[in-house]
Amino acid sequence: MELIWHGVLKAVELVFSLDVEVWSITWRSLQISGCATFISLLIGMPLGIALALARFPGRGTTVALINTGMGLPPVVVGLFISIFLWRSGPLGFLELIYTPTAMIIAQVIIAFPIVAGLTMAGFQALDPKLALQLLGIGASKPQLLWLLVKEAKLPLLAAVMAGFGGVISEVGASMMVGGNIRGETRVLTTATVLETGKGNFEIAIALGLILLALTFAINFLLTRIQQREQLRWPRLS
Amino acid sequence: MAATLVSLRGVVVRYGETVALQIATLDLHSGEVLAILGPNGGGKSTLLRVMGLLQRPSDGTVMFRGKNAFEGNLLRLRRRCATVFQEPLLLNATVHENAALGLKLRGLSNHEIARRLDPWLERLGITHLRGRSARSLSGGEAQRTSLARALALEPEILFLDEPLAALDPATREALLRDFQGILNESKITAVFVTHDRNEAFSLAGRIAVLHQGRVAQIGAREDVFHRPASEIVADIVGIENRLPGVVEDCDGRYVTICVNQIRLRVAGQLTPGTRVIVCLRPESLMISRDNFRASDSNRLTGIIKGVLAGLMHQRITLECDGLPLVALIERQPCVNLKLAEREMVTITFSFSAAHIIITHQ
Repeated sequence: MELIWHGVLKAVELVFSLDVEVWSITWRSLQISGCATFISLLIGMPLGIALALARFPGRGTTVALINTGMGLPPVVVGLFISIFLWRSGPLGFLELIYTPTAMIIAQVIIAFPIVAGLTMAGFQALDPKLALQLLGIGASKPQLLWLLVKEAKLPLLAAVMAGFGGVISEVGASMMVGGNIRGETRVLTTATVLETGKGNFEIAIALGLILLALTFAINFLLTRIQQREQLRWPRLS
Repeated sequence: MAATLVSLRGVVVRYGETVALQIATLDLHSGEVLAILGPNGGGKSTLLRVMGLLQRPSDGTVMFRGKNAFEGNLLRLRRRCATVFQEPLLLNATVHENAALGLKLRGLSNHEIARRLDPWLERLGITHLRGRSARSLSGGEAQRTSLARALALEPEILFLDEPLAALDPATREALLRDFQGILNESKITAVFVTHDRNEAFSLAGRIAVLHQGRVAQIGAREDVFHRPASEIVADIVGIENRLPGVVEDCDGRYVTICVNQIRLRVAGQLTPGTRVIVCLRPESLMISRDNFRASDSNRLTGIIKGVLAGLMHQRITLECDGLPLVALIERQPCVNLKLAEREMVTITFSFSAAHIIITHQ
């Protein structure tokens, strides 16, 4: 218990002493995972919308692949990205291995199926007749799409939260393709693993708590936005 | 002759191998209210979607003011129409935002939106709800919002897909009255899909009866309701008494038809030997206890098999020499008569009350 308590105290100390190392790791985590989440949204949302609204050859296979991708083990992603980006690998000439870009690529591959799958589910939960009704009062195709996105904003926010939550907390892929290089690719999760391995439990706990606080703060913000839009259910007696 | 707004020519809609709609020809004239009447699953809503330019037919052409609608700027044409559906699906926004949506999609200013929308909110009695969340509305309020949204667009054609079907009877009655008023006042061209005969008769000047995706009959409502072209139409428009018989005699004005050994005189001119179906609306039968005899009327004696109480009418099932008949009698006279099961009564109907459908010349 004492170990945990010291860890908490150390975390508070590290945060409030404005420890440069800790703050740079935290800021890098946010940058990499934020960027990966943003790219995942750019790919996953249109894909999810297309899978929900359109019928095209190969749709069933794509849906199955997306659903499988929602549970992709990060270490498997890390393994394949490493092979591709390895200096002797097919994309080795890009010299991306052990760079933040490689970590972003890995995190995008982890997050975009989650975003696409949840976006698809959110759009499929809309009444199919809604689109017809909106066309019936003169909506153009882009207007229709925008109105449907607005109507599905609650599940879309859930997709953002799940995507970000998935990548900020993953360690396997980041460790494998980023290499946990100090000042370059070290993020909260990989730093926590490193400090635990070295027996520096106090710092590991501190980093873990910062990661938890960060994840909580971002999800709290998104949840507030989501719940503000949520319908109030009647009180059941 | 009013201008033709929408014309369908050889329109076919297929879902896979199934032909859901097959319309050889159908015209919608400016200023008319056309009801599309038929049983569920008969292709009514598909027809409405095709006419409202919301669904491209598999074959055939849909002309809007003489031009092929699906070859031109579809959005521009679609914006000259508005459709109201059975289930008003409103966005998660206020009543006003929902009602103004169609105008907003057309890029109108707030001032113009208010000018066009406010009178309809007032007319439909929902002005006081304008700030309310659409998700907290009753079915009737939501449908009124949906109607205001469509009417504020000042459409050339208003399409209505069973807009009253999902409402409770009291709300339906109130909205039906409002509808009648609006359609009469605005002289708007409207296409109204319904399976309810009363709604079709109350609102439309012309009725198209749709059966299994085909127009079984189209014409003025009196014609369709009182002079159905086929037994199927007779069934759809509520003519429960359909008696198969053979023409025995014709005196130039009336024909004598033998139905189950009973001879009925019906206005018309037909060759003896023609096989026919005599159609009698249940409300055109009169029932009396005495030996009532009226000129120009058929008179039968029958036994009451059942009396079903109703608010406006009582439904009496009868049997006349093996011939089953149904009569709808206004409630008060029926109560006064104290009709009861197994009672012998006299049934009369005028020679002109029956309509003849020829089945075999």
